[in-house]
Amino acid sequence: MGRFIVRRVLQMVLVMFAVSVLTFLIFNVIPNSDPAVRMAGRHTSESTIQAIRKEWGFNESLPKQYVTTMEKVVTGDLKSQFTQLPVGKEIVKGLPRTFSLAIGAALLWMFVAICFGLYSAVKAGKFADRFLTIIALIGISMPVFWIGALMNYYLGFKLGWFPNGGYVEFTKDPIGWFYHLILPWTALAILFVGFYSRVLRSNVLDTINEDYVRTARAKGLSERQIMVRHVLRNSMIPIVTLWGLDFGAVLGGGAILTETVFDLQGVGQYTAEAIGQLDVPPVLAVTMFSAFFIVLLNAVVDIMYAYLDPRIRLQ
Amino acid sequence: MATEPLAEQPGLAGPAAWELEAEREHVHGLGPWRLGLRRLRRNKTAIAFGILFVLLVLACLAAPLWAKHVAHTTPDANHLSDTIKLNGKTTNVVGLDGVPIGPTYKGKFFLGADPNGRDIMVRLLYGGRNSLMIGVVAALMTTVLSVVLGVVAGYFRGWLDLAVRSLLDIMWSFPVLILGVALGVALALGGLQIGPITIGGDSLIIPIFIIGLVYVPYMARPVRGQVLALREKEFVEAARAQGAGPLRIMFSEVVPNLASTILVFFTLLIANAVLLESALSFLGAGVRPPNPSWGTMIDEGVDRIATAPHLTVVPGLMLVLTVLSLNVFGDGVRDALDPRAKVRLER
Repeated sequence: MGRFIVRRVLQMVLVMFAVSVLTFLIFNVIPNSDPAVRMAGRHTSESTIQAIRKEWGFNESLPKQYVTTMEKVVTGDLKSQFTQLPVGKEIVKGLPRTFSLAIGAALLWMFVAICFGLYSAVKAGKFADRFLTIIALIGISMPVFWIGALMNYYLGFKLGWFPNGGYVEFTKDPIGWFYHLILPWTALAILFVGFYSRVLRSNVLDTINEDYVRTARAKGLSERQIMVRHVLRNSMIPIVTLWGLDFGAVLGGGAILTETVFDLQGVGQYTAEAIGQLDVPPVLAVTMFSAFFIVLLNAVVDIMYAYLDPRIRLQ
Repeated sequence: MATEPLAEQPGLAGPAAWELEAEREHVHGLGPWRLGLRRLRRNKTAIAFGILFVLLVLACLAAPLWAKHVAHTTPDANHLSDTIKLNGKTTNVVGLDGVPIGPTYKGKFFLGADPNGRDIMVRLLYGGRNSLMIGVVAALMTTVLSVVLGVVAGYFRGWLDLAVRSLLDIMWSFPVLILGVALGVALALGGLQIGPITIGGDSLIIPIFIIGLVYVPYMARPVRGQVLALREKEFVEAARAQGAGPLRIMFSEVVPNLASTILVFFTLLIANAVLLESALSFLGAGVRPPNPSWGTMIDEGVDRIATAPHLTVVPGLMLVLTVLSLNVFGDGVRDALDPRAKVRLER
């Protein structure tokens, strides 16, 4: 087990290095223009461009540029080109909000998807199954920012059932925190409910034919016990892997769109604003960190699996 | 899946058995495509949504006709100070408080106007052309790249496979949206240069390029997996014994067997590409205004949702209908072509 962990961690570090190189290439090498000009933004002066060129070492060789960029990212020396505020601090400030959004949404979509998926599988081919399949497909087909904006307008603004966007800190007012996050959680969860319930449905239908399920039935267990203890448990394995990865993707991606619509002021909204102004340093930092986070989550999931299933360690 | 003629005809082997098999095919056998088509035709929902998609595409292609003969305007023409007769009353297209009129359901401003007095219906159709064009071309790009990478990696294995797989794994570590946004921000000013070709930052080719690139790992990985299995099959060995080179084996033996996978992926990729285009444009890293697209229209609408909700609702509904029709149709195609799907649907 120890050897597996060491190997997996080394691999993780290697991938992180590669990820940072790719991010560097995207921002500093691929585009067809002077990186200093791009970093300075649309409205700028020659002196700013000169200063940026010097600060980021854009006259130096590529490996040196890479080192300078990474130093800035890691030490928190990176500053937004528009507000001049340090990027690292802004990200840390927004993290509790983004995590609140992602964790709540992840729990919600998992719970609803299990209900939908299991029910769909039990009723496979019947009306309820078809109905849920259509609902799931509609969920997959909706852009999260669109359904979010509509929910915010109709349920929040027009009917006044929910607050019209905004965020309340958990430590100050837990109920307000929950109340403000219901709509964002729902909007973000819709997409994943559609996806997960369908994966779960097909997994359950595959598992139902396994020998151990027949054995359980032969033992005289109730249908409910069979579904929950034998079928659902085994159908969940692939989903839990997906869950870990999608959680990372939501932190780094889906949150950008959801937070903007609901004005949650987390990392996602910070990123969205930076994108709107073509402010390179924050986008660069968020890109790199979200990829790092996914690589890390991936490694953690793998190690957990190896712990649970010794066969994996030998591969 | 191939049938097993040798097992059924124990006395025959070699060309004689093949001939018999060919004849049987000719008389009453149905190829996998025919069977698939027959299964697809039975799936009324999938067919209906497939037709819906075609209708949506046709409507967007007819955008100039609507603009010229029905709405009498262009997608970028402002009508800020124009008035229009509604129920006998003369109404400003854009009110004095800056609020544009909602849907009139008549030729002019059929679906209302935006704050610049531009005709929403006309912009919706022209925007749809951009969104669909980006979706289809980007999906095509993803498909071609993924098939080439997946087939080459899976067929040659070794260091080439390792290189391709590592590259895909690294790209896969980024959330799709983040990778798209990063490329969008990086390419927005100055554009892109590939060899002698320079593409401006405002060009539609930039979002196509970005979207076509970010989905590659999601298709190339499964393709590679299939190729790894296919390359061990007897027909590949047979081709090799006949003296076929790697290129011929890859593209005339292996790729045709990937056809159903490619077709299903292509449909679903268009849906995802259209969605990603809208998200990128919403964030300002995709299609650049004044070019209309469903994403930019929603982006412009969301800020005014309280006074003019139709600006958000209309392009969003169009987007959802398009993506939904592709998803349902793609699902139907998969169920029809994937033999395993039948097993699942029987329960």
